[in-house]
Amino acid sequence: MTATLLTPLMISLPIGVAALMAALGRRLPRRVLDVLATATAATVTALAVVLLVLTLTGSTRVIAWAGGWTPRQGVSIGIALVSDPISAGLAVLAAVLATAALVYSWRYFDAVDVYFHALVLVFLAAMCGFVLTGDLFDMFVWFELMSAVAYALTGYKIEEAQSVQGALNFGVTNSVGAFATLLGITLLYDRTGALNFAALGQNLAGHPPDPLVVASFVLLVTGFLTKAAVVPFHFWTADAEAVAPIPVCALFSGIMVELGIYAVARVYWTVYSDALPVSAIRGPMMVLGVVSAVVGAVMCLAQRHIKRLLAFSTVSHIGLFLVGIALLTPAGFAGTAVYVIGQAGVKAALFLLVGVIALRLGSISERELHGRGTGMRFTAALTVIGGIALAGLPPFATGLGKAITEEAGLAAGYPWLIAVFVGASALTGAAVLRMAARVFFGLGTPAAEDPTSRFDDDESETEVDGEEPTGRVPHTMLIPPAVLLAAALGVGLQPGLTAALGQVAAGFFDRATYAAQVLGLPTPPHAAATVEVSGFTAEGIGYGLLSVGLALLVAASAVFGARLPGWITTTARAALPPLRVLRGLHSGHVGDYVTWLVVGVVALAGAVGRILL
Amino acid sequence: MNLLPYLVAGWLFLVGLYGVVSSRNLIHTVVSLSVVQSSTYVLLLTVGFRSGGTAPVFADIPSGTVVVDPLVQALALTDVVVGATVSALLLGLAIQVHKRTGTLDPDDLRSLSG
Repeated sequence: MTATLLTPLMISLPIGVAALMAALGRRLPRRVLDVLATATAATVTALAVVLLVLTLTGSTRVIAWAGGWTPRQGVSIGIALVSDPISAGLAVLAAVLATAALVYSWRYFDAVDVYFHALVLVFLAAMCGFVLTGDLFDMFVWFELMSAVAYALTGYKIEEAQSVQGALNFGVTNSVGAFATLLGITLLYDRTGALNFAALGQNLAGHPPDPLVVASFVLLVTGFLTKAAVVPFHFWTADAEAVAPIPVCALFSGIMVELGIYAVARVYWTVYSDALPVSAIRGPMMVLGVVSAVVGAVMCLAQRHIKRLLAFSTVSHIGLFLVGIALLTPAGFAGTAVYVIGQAGVKAALFLLVGVIALRLGSISERELHGRGTGMRFTAALTVIGGIALAGLPPFATGLGKAITEEAGLAAGYPWLIAVFVGASALTGAAVLRMAARVFFGLGTPAAEDPTSRFDDDESETEVDGEEPTGRVPHTMLIPPAVLLAAALGVGLQPGLTAALGQVAAGFFDRATYAAQVLGLPTPPHAAATVEVSGFTAEGIGYGLLSVGLALLVAASAVFGARLPGWITTTARAALPPLRVLRGLHSGHVGDYVTWLVVGVVALAGAVGRILL
Repeated sequence: MNLLPYLVAGWLFLVGLYGVVSSRNLIHTVVSLSVVQSSTYVLLLTVGFRSGGTAPVFADIPSGTVVVDPLVQALALTDVVVGATVSALLLGLAIQVHKRTGTLDPDDLRSLSG
């Protein structure tokens, strides 16, 4: 099999199997569906791993032109799938998480029917298409397929009022973002007459920025930032992940929102990197990232509904990823790549563990569950490990990625970013650890009635449709989270990872070589194409341990708040009114969410548009 | 270049957004979303328009004839398919919201707040 068959197969195989399952599935027994779907996802994983190895060892990209419409004399009218180590690596990540989610679903749902498996497979195919495509409109189509499937999966429990509301909020907000993206694509086509990333980049290169280029960039990234759950485009996230089935949440938080960040970086580096200078992009994107990191961490700590808690921790980490990308340096990009891998493993594992809690105890409210998980030793141990890994304990990949990105921030002249990284990862880790301390160990007093939330815990207790809480947790629900956590640790321990990433990041940033390889032109002579990326430094390990220490401290003071001296609780209470305002903004009202999206677009346009003055 | 179609596209986008933001009925929200989307149809077709161009069917026209850009028409068609899918899905969800809660007013659907 030639390499150019690999990428189309990664998309067509899961779609084909999904179509088959949707057509014949009702006649097949449940176990056959489980095995077929899992085997398909595992096959895609294997194909993606082969692709990753090929792109890492070979010096060129794997390029497949649909229908054999290859470019002639550097002009392309075909549609290409272009894979480099970043797109192949993200495809591996998506396929691994989809496999884990499908294995987990074997025993998680009793009443699941054929459409769940088919939807997960189409979702996987759309994610693969999204990361592998080399064409802007194609990217929009995969984006929309991914979105439509995601809405359906969010509202999968269609008999539950909250479930369909969450899906509707998700659908409307993301659709507005997607239409903005399409307008951006159209403006870009108007200017260049091209849709291929390489051709677009060639067309825009060498011209000073003008209003049309700025407008197209801002509109284009609006959809991606909405998908990425970047504040203020993020409001749909917590609603969707509070109601979506657990395996779906693991996919959303682990890979789908990260793909939004990927798209921003891909589009910038292949299309806009010559037209829009670093100075135009870095500031606005970093502000968005820092605001997301802070708002996400605060909202995360305030939650009592465990799935919403994890959803906001994703918002916070996405903010950190956006900061890493927005540094626009290879080191920042490399650090973010490791961080994304680590966060995917840890966050997906935590969601799956919450599903175990829900199945066993019939609730996902921290308040309700106080001390009720005392017998679940294995689940407890994994959750605590997950919380500490989320806070960035070296040598987990989360810790390594955080350390590299902090270092990159320092090198780019932003030493205060270290405080943002340490603070955000400490607070999100603390929220998980606090939840674990209360649920599994019954420590401290039960969480009080949440004074700043109108979110009704009690309405969303039946996480597992119609099932009674059971005594035994099946192995298929404990092995996937354990494997994912082990993988997050293993990636962090991988020797040679940082050296390889230096090269991968340099390749990702090299617009001219990308264009030459895609369009079949002679490759331009190389400047020093490899970048040194440090691994763990003493400072990196130190800040990692500091985050974990702070996380433990914050978790302990939340759990044992009643025993703290009076002046601390009085001071803490002063934070309640602003927190109440912040939580009030998360109103569950779709009109409010779209208003914030518009505010975000206008602010971003103003900030990026400064370059024109 | 005629500015009017660009203004129409911008107007449709904004007026559709106003509909989504101010809506008191989820069906109205979804239809407003379709209005937002129609701005993308208008813009796509505008971008591909060539003054004096004919339909890009090359079977019976001499080569060298000015034609409008066929690519954007294909894109618009894809866009219509996407829009139909999303609208159908969202309308289905809206019906289900009404079945479960008895209301379609987003102001009354606050159970996901905070």
